[in-house]
Amino acid sequence: MTKTVLGGLSRRMLLATAAALTLAPAAASAQDELNALVWCDHTDPALVEPFEKANNVKVNLKEYEGTGAAISIIEQSRPGDWDVLVIDAVDVPRAIDMDILGEMPADKLPLNDLFPEVRMDATTTKDGKVYAVTEKFGYNTISYDKTKVDPADMEDLSVVWSDKYKGRIALYDYYLPMVGLTAVGIGKKTADLKLDDLPTIKEKLFEMKKVARQASDVVASQTALATGEVDIVVGGGEWLTAGLSAEKPNLDWTIPKQGALRWAQSIGVFKDSEKQDLALKFVQYIVSPEGQARLATSSCYWAMPANAKAGEHLSDQQKTALRWDKQPEYLKNSQLYPVADADMDAAMQDIWTETLQQ
Amino acid sequence: MAATALERMERRKAWAFALPALLWTGFFFIVPFAYMAAISFWTRQGREIVATWTLDNYIAFFGKAHFFKGLVVSLEITATVTVISILLAYPLAWIIAERVPKKWQRFALIMAILPFWTSYVVRSYSWLLVLSKGGVVNQALLWLGVIAEPLELSANRTGTVIGFVHFFVMLLTLTIYANLIQLSPNYRRAAADLGANAFQTFWFVVLPLTLPGIMVGAFLTFVLCIGDYITPQILGGNNELVLPQVIMLQLGRRADFPMAAALSLVLMVVVTLAYIACARWLKMERT
Repeated sequence: MTKTVLGGLSRRMLLATAAALTLAPAAASAQDELNALVWCDHTDPALVEPFEKANNVKVNLKEYEGTGAAISIIEQSRPGDWDVLVIDAVDVPRAIDMDILGEMPADKLPLNDLFPEVRMDATTTKDGKVYAVTEKFGYNTISYDKTKVDPADMEDLSVVWSDKYKGRIALYDYYLPMVGLTAVGIGKKTADLKLDDLPTIKEKLFEMKKVARQASDVVASQTALATGEVDIVVGGGEWLTAGLSAEKPNLDWTIPKQGALRWAQSIGVFKDSEKQDLALKFVQYIVSPEGQARLATSSCYWAMPANAKAGEHLSDQQKTALRWDKQPEYLKNSQLYPVADADMDAAMQDIWTETLQQ
Repeated sequence: MAATALERMERRKAWAFALPALLWTGFFFIVPFAYMAAISFWTRQGREIVATWTLDNYIAFFGKAHFFKGLVVSLEITATVTVISILLAYPLAWIIAERVPKKWQRFALIMAILPFWTSYVVRSYSWLLVLSKGGVVNQALLWLGVIAEPLELSANRTGTVIGFVHFFVMLLTLTIYANLIQLSPNYRRAAADLGANAFQTFWFVVLPLTLPGIMVGAFLTFVLCIGDYITPQILGGNNELVLPQVIMLQLGRRADFPMAAALSLVLMVVVTLAYIACARWLKMERT
């Protein structure tokens, strides 16, 4: 059997081409894909596409609800499967304790541009190392239809457990903000909440439930308010109504005199990510003024950008809907979610379940 | 001896054929189920799940009223839905089997099961819009002057039951129809010959003979209804929680898998008891 030079070359070229074709996409995909475990606001193409185009990467987004669900997904994944995590700010210490978040260089993040009240160093850092950065925040307060209720009434939280709007109220179905907001309503500090405070809070929650029409999740609460099923959503806020401001200018939100609850979401890089640089780049984009404005007005829900410089990228209409000018006042008059240990957390969920079963 | 060898070969062949199904059931049902059962005896201590054997979760289920009420509410809603669905599905199945011309029966059945073709979530949200204060039903009744104020048809048990009944009437219609068309007309002729009127024929002859179809449909309704989370979540307004909703609450933020597993096992026991009752009844019917 003879072998021609041409035949040998062709075969080698074929093999080389095949190898190149096989390896090239693999190499490209190893460099150019980022896997992020996120809340629904990050799935808006208007937010992610500019980053993808600028960096020639594909960001694979997996949406989840509730930290429990995220932890379950992470536990079922292999180290390195995920690059970026968006998580409830109060749960960042939990993620740090689980050793899933990697350290991020503080000097590469615009930490000084964040509203000081939402930096939350106590939860996002440990031993002086930054593990997450606050990217968005908002309030659990009162959303309402200003054509159907007296806006002046909404300045006093006690109206939601009085009979005045009986049958016209929806409660946001999430125990943590509802317990926290009720605590604020009766003059307790969320940071100081103890198990002993829960019976009083439970009593108030029961009163609230008696006058409420329903307790519902985000979509159902929003639908109920938008369709006139209810006129007030307790636990709502800019995240519930600001996004609808263009089509439903009758919907509004406020922070009553007793104050409100402030929530925040954070973003971090997985410790085991094999694309640390790209993941950090994504975090930097999200917390940049431009990324922040896009995230704040994401189609899933609107809320406040954590970066105070994002205002430069928001339109006047967006600023009005977010009550941008009132932030200094609102930030002062709002408290963080109760940071509870496991027993307190279980007890809070129990009283909320009891409330729903009333 | 040759016959025994043949029997052994047949038996081996039967096992070989059954093996894929057995493996499938083993890996995708028995193993996960056993794992879930084991987890239900573990506990969540602090942020950790501890693999220690305890009855704490079951004690909590019977000890905490809001957990146990979840089961009671589930049973009440399931019983209501099953009874109403049977009462509506039977006449519908009977009309399709007895009154609709043979050539149109297939079309009638397709029409009956058409709602199955849409997503369950979409269907539930559609019902929310239909039953809401400004929805079609209330607006029509208000326009006709039948009511002065909108009826509360959603965000309560009524809404949940309506959503469920819409779905399960279709299911029961199929099982009852399948039973009805198998009945020989000779039964009714014989009853008429013996002097039975139409009602007596139905009550003493047709109805007992279609009870298996009703029972099978009722069992399926029971199983699917008691385990459903979506319809009560969307249409019930969280004014009372069914057991699946209580289970989901354990998972949401807290990831209390042991408690959720214990509650799921309770639900499974209830379904198993319903199955045993149904199977025994059907067996008794046959003997």
